[in-house]
Amino acid sequence: MPHPSAASKKVGLFATCLVNTMRPRVGFAALKLLEEAGFEVEVPKEQTCCGQPNYNSGDRNGARAMAEHFLKTYEGFDYVVVPSGSCGAMVRVHYPKLFEEGDPRRPRMEALAGRTYELVSFLSDVVGIELAPATVPLSVTYHDACSGLRELGIKAQPRALIGQKKCEVKEMEDAEVCCGFGGLFCVKYPEVSGEMVRRKTEAALASGAEALVTGDVGCLLNMEGALLREGKEIKALHIAELLADMTE
Amino acid sequence: MHVTTEKFHGRAKKAIANKNLQGGLFIIGKIFTAMRDHAMAQMPEFEALRDQARDIKRHTLENLDTYLQQFEERVIENGGRVHWARDGEEANRIIAQLCKEVDAQTVIKSKSMVTEELELNPALEAEGLAVTETDLGEYIIQLRGEKPFHIVAPAWHLTAGEVADTFYEAHKAHGRTERVEDKVKLVEEARIVLRERFKKADVGITGANFLIAETGSIALVTNEGNADLCATLPRKHIAVTGIEKIIPTLDDLALFWRVLPRSATGQDTANYLSLYSGPRREGDADGPESFDIVLVDNGRSDMLGTAVEDMLRCIRCGACLNACPVFTSVGGQTYGSVYSGPMGSVLTPALTSVSQAAMLPNASTFCGKCEEVCPVRIPLPSMMRHWREEEFSKHYSPAAQRWGLGLWAYAARTPWAYRLATTWGRKVLALMGGKERVAHALPFIGKGWSEKRDLNVGEGATFLEQYERRKRRGGAKGERV
Repeated sequence: MPHPSAASKKVGLFATCLVNTMRPRVGFAALKLLEEAGFEVEVPKEQTCCGQPNYNSGDRNGARAMAEHFLKTYEGFDYVVVPSGSCGAMVRVHYPKLFEEGDPRRPRMEALAGRTYELVSFLSDVVGIELAPATVPLSVTYHDACSGLRELGIKAQPRALIGQKKCEVKEMEDAEVCCGFGGLFCVKYPEVSGEMVRRKTEAALASGAEALVTGDVGCLLNMEGALLREGKEIKALHIAELLADMTE
Repeated sequence: MHVTTEKFHGRAKKAIANKNLQGGLFIIGKIFTAMRDHAMAQMPEFEALRDQARDIKRHTLENLDTYLQQFEERVIENGGRVHWARDGEEANRIIAQLCKEVDAQTVIKSKSMVTEELELNPALEAEGLAVTETDLGEYIIQLRGEKPFHIVAPAWHLTAGEVADTFYEAHKAHGRTERVEDKVKLVEEARIVLRERFKKADVGITGANFLIAETGSIALVTNEGNADLCATLPRKHIAVTGIEKIIPTLDDLALFWRVLPRSATGQDTANYLSLYSGPRREGDADGPESFDIVLVDNGRSDMLGTAVEDMLRCIRCGACLNACPVFTSVGGQTYGSVYSGPMGSVLTPALTSVSQAAMLPNASTFCGKCEEVCPVRIPLPSMMRHWREEEFSKHYSPAAQRWGLGLWAYAARTPWAYRLATTWGRKVLALMGGKERVAHALPFIGKGWSEKRDLNVGEGATFLEQYERRKRRGGAKGERV
């Protein structure tokens, strides 16, 4: 059943470099959710990385060049949807700041940033989607990935959509505390990152949920990697995988 | 200000392995933050107060010269003196000179992060003065020869047992022969020893949480009452603080008085808020004979008009330390700067240099929690990013990292190169993951990852390859190939 907001709107899916290389299934899950909502979705072949590694390492020029590439790739779409809070925030919050006031690219970037959404907030706030219950309902604990939470205000939406899937949310303690991924931080400060993810996965396990769910592949790989190392039995899923019934 | 930020990793490892220290950090991360949140919940107008606090500080910084001048005029009218110190060396020289003026032998101090920054104690000791810290936490770390663990709670990393050992050794000279571990008794012991120092001291040195321009007063916010003894018992009171501590009026102080204790410890109010406005006047029952204020620049005025000017709003509440998942993993001494946590990671490079302190602004995941709790709304993550940009543009960051980022930036605006790199990257990962599709040991930059984690390498080709294949086959919606 196509959603009314989808009528003749063209969505560009930005799969992010981490989804592209580490978790392709998240891209297909996002695609499925958007197509089932009735959108015409395109995956531009020219898409690459949002530039956070460069931006957060102080390479502002590199990040600006990547923002420009993004602008070129996605400017023709009605909406751009990203299955990641941090890449979403990079575009929405940080991209416009990379161009000086008065730079002709700035208003174009601002307009595109305004049409770019993180997947879950797009499905909730723009589409107002209603999802069918999950074929295999899981009890889940949700980790609020930092950028999505603090830069995009994503907090209630994933929980509401998990509720639509008739999956129980078992809140972990400190769901809003950083998992220690932080992009290059996790390899530059491995001892600190390791301690942070140890605490995070301990809290997730203590929730008693069957699955640990979050909205960013970086955080997901970090937490999943720590759980694998410790040999712990808890599924680690991206929210798109859960919502699209792609949990196996 | 000396920093040893380059030893961050080694100290972080030790701090993470130290159970006692982790116990202290647990309380900071869980209890302090819960107390702050509770205090906020009691005060629905707190968000508006934060805006006001930010605006007052911003206005004051824009008119810093005017307010500092007004402050000096009022202090002189009140019978005190103001001394201007460009850097740490000058500040220490002025303070030593002020002590000599009254032939001082002994100095008592209340807690002051600025004097930690100046490394005042060794400078005064070199002049033959006996200096005693009288804040309990500062006293403990002074006896142990340590730097503060936290800007508000300097000895928080220690257990009662560790303090007992320290006191037992140090207080033998005071005729105390028993090692006590009971916390109340430990405080009692410190109180007895310190009381004698208070009575005998020639000079009392305090910091100042705020300088009030309209009255020429300094405001001290404390819990132990020791600062008031430092300010009133000795013949001379010297207050040492940074120029950015100035606020225009007593009304402004009333606002900060509501914001500071709640942000720091979740207290509605600290135990003492004291205002000092000059030496003993005729007819006063007590107070010092002379009152001197040393206003320290030490790099602060260089921050004005720069990308890190907002850092001068900081009121040293420590909320960002308590909220920071990095700080609550490793503690303050790991940073190798007296200012630690997010505020220290922004301030330290400003007061020293990026080349000396780049380790600190990089020690953040940019989770944003610090900015969320800062009572004066300092954009701490953006300012850490600013220092990273300085580091990168001045070529201080490691060459391999710069090359890597350069290549990545090239690939990211050259789609065919990006697709080639990611396609081959996936093939290599698949090899490393083997049958179980989990990599246990990664090479190069991945070493840091596999120190603590495995990597689920997943299956199949990249998303873009799979998607293209699906399109060519005219696959159904959502179908994976």
